[in-house]
Amino acid sequence: MTVQIFLSRDAASVAVGADDVAAVLAREAERRGIAIELIRTGSRGLCWLEPLVEVATPAGRVAYGPVSAADVASLLDSIAGSGDHPLRQGLTAEIPWLKRQTRFTFARCGVIDPRSIDDYRSHGGLVGLEAALSIGPEAVLDRVVQSGLRGRGGAGFPTGIKWKTVAQAAGPQKYIVCNADEGDSGTFADRMLMEGDPFLLIEGMAIAGIAVGATRGFIYIRSEYPHAIAALNAATASARRAGVLGQSVAGSKYAFDLEVRVGAGAYVCGEETALLESLEGRRGQVRAKPPLPAHRGLFGAPTVINNMLSLAAIPFIIAEGPKAYADVGFGRSRGTMPIQIAGNVKHGGLFEAAFGLTLGEIVDDIGGGTLSGRPVRAVQVGGPLGAYFPRQLFDTPFDYEAFAARDGLIGHGGVVVFDDRVDMAAQARFALEFCAIESCGKCTPCRIGSTRGVETVDRIRGRHDVTANVALLQDLCQTMKLGSLCALGGFTPYPVMSALKYFPEDFGVAAVHSDAAE
Amino acid sequence: MDVVDARTAASHRSQGERWDEARALEIITEIKALDGATLPILHALQEAFGYVPEEAVALVAAQLNLSRADVYGVISFYHDFRRHPAGRHVVKLCGAEACQSMGGAELASCAERKLGIRMGETTADGRVTLEPVYCLGLCAVAPSAMVDGKLVGRLDETSVETLLAGLEA
Ligand SMILES: Cc1cc2nc3c(=O)[nH]c(=O)nc-3n(C[C@H](O)[C@H](O)[C@H](O)COP(=O)(O)O)c2cc1C
Ligand code: SF4
Ligand code: FES
Repeated sequence: MTVQIFLSRDAASVAVGADDVAAVLAREAERRGIAIELIRTGSRGLCWLEPLVEVATPAGRVAYGPVSAADVASLLDSIAGSGDHPLRQGLTAEIPWLKRQTRFTFARCGVIDPRSIDDYRSHGGLVGLEAALSIGPEAVLDRVVQSGLRGRGGAGFPTGIKWKTVAQAAGPQKYIVCNADEGDSGTFADRMLMEGDPFLLIEGMAIAGIAVGATRGFIYIRSEYPHAIAALNAATASARRAGVLGQSVAGSKYAFDLEVRVGAGAYVCGEETALLESLEGRRGQVRAKPPLPAHRGLFGAPTVINNMLSLAAIPFIIAEGPKAYADVGFGRSRGTMPIQIAGNVKHGGLFEAAFGLTLGEIVDDIGGGTLSGRPVRAVQVGGPLGAYFPRQLFDTPFDYEAFAARDGLIGHGGVVVFDDRVDMAAQARFALEFCAIESCGKCTPCRIGSTRGVETVDRIRGRHDVTANVALLQDLCQTMKLGSLCALGGFTPYPVMSALKYFPEDFGVAAVHSDAAE
Repeated sequence: MDVVDARTAASHRSQGERWDEARALEIITEIKALDGATLPILHALQEAFGYVPEEAVALVAAQLNLSRADVYGVISFYHDFRRHPAGRHVVKLCGAEACQSMGGAELASCAERKLGIRMGETTADGRVTLEPVYCLGLCAVAPSAMVDGKLVGRLDETSVETLLAGLEA
């Protein structure tokens, strides 16, 4: 009898040895005369258990992890025998970390073979597209509006309204652009989904095209994601062969096709207008708005530009109905958010859940505290432009408005945990340095202010005239907030000011008056 | 990797062919019909030659009807594009926050000491270029690096030293 074994091909799994495990599995199985079928899936998102090996049994898939190449021999022995093994985690579906999740978007990720459109179809793929074709563009737009879906790229703008604007805009050519630049540190949901369920994005983009009348799409993926690029290139080609993309989408009267494009290492190109500039072949400089991309976007044409996760949420919403999506959530944040738990944390990975978990639940309960075993001191939520939260703010619910009310942001859903060895003045310095490195150069406060900020923090860290320099830093942050065209310059003050406000001792001061931060 | 693949993939190759104008022209010609062809062309040239040679700038400009200043402007804006060849191996260490929380800065210092160079430099023998990268999406298996295009996670000082020592001359 052939044993089916599942092993992730996700970049994070490969980075911790999944390919070595695969090679040894094949070799050792052959040596033992055990017939195995090895299926490389995406990741389940239980990153601390990677490489995670799953074995098909009559009761369901049984998980073992983290498996190293050296564990493979004993693992095969146990598979051939009782199934017991020190790394055995039980039935995958029963692992509490996974069971507690609400997987709307990541339902198939880690389950199917991401290279197989047949596997996608047999696990509920393309149902949303078929539904979209049968109900037509107007009804699709209504469902997206009713779902309450807000853009997952960071700003939380209602996706339905964006789509309606593009649908109403006149133009011979319209575009769907997927923002898969995912530059925020601590985030990897776009990457994981593109690698683990790439057809979902293609389906979401095709539905968007039908809804707004666009026939061409671009997926802009950052160059730091070679596995995701390969996955989407392969999936696009096979979707074309299967007639899902092309002149007649799934046999309908609608045409839609898409191209993968690769970034070149510029964080600011995640900003939507800089991304469009980059796609057009120029320096990634932020454009002033208006005009909105919805009116004049890519090559001057009406353009839907959405984050990868926004587009990937669409097939569920169309297939299951907007109510199923909107029924979960918190306040005005409807549906689920794939929370990415990262950094110095015991149980890091991707946790898709309805909005509303508190930061404390995410860090202590789901994340299990720090990997180092030391106390959690600070948590940065929302990437390099997000605030650092201390433990006293752990009651903040994961929700756009709740975080904003505390001078923070949830951004793309990244949560980075730091233990008590972190030097928060060094983190503030890094935020400013990163802004200086990545600034597109258009606004003086961002381009120059960030460098002045680094110098000021250096003086504070050297304990030179601390009071005056702290005041100067606050002033600089205020100028950046007010005088920047986009959130790179405008939000860099959040990590800086939060570090100063909640961890003043790291700056050599007892407390700061934080009026400038508010 | 052929030209068609290269245009939709980033170049993580540090080594390339010798400059060859006919070859460059072939690459450009194959891609230039794409809308917004500049970045795909630069990626493909870097994939072929290991960097974007000075000679290529005029060629790209002429083929795309741009000024040389335009092309320079694009090349200099993006961190990925190289104006000069890199070392025979390129080690990109993640310097972003999740990796910092797991000792990324100490790892960078360790690599600098081991190689006797600073971040952004190449060893005198041309063996290794050491560069920062800001997030590889491996934040839950931090700290991480990309070595000649291959990803590695859960690094520590020992594994970094082994990794660097294992790079062939
Ligand atoms: C500096 C900067 C970087 C950004 N990076 C990203 C990114 O990597 N991915 C993303 O989807 N949005 C990013 N955004 C937000 C986009 O500008 C835009 O809001 C988003 O693509 C809209 O899609 P959504 O409505 O689906 O969220 C960034 C914004 C700024 C200012
Ligand atoms: S704030 Fe910075 S990145 Fe944004 S437009 Fe201004 S200079 Fe460019
Ligand atoms: S912060 Fe280093 S991989 Fe994301």
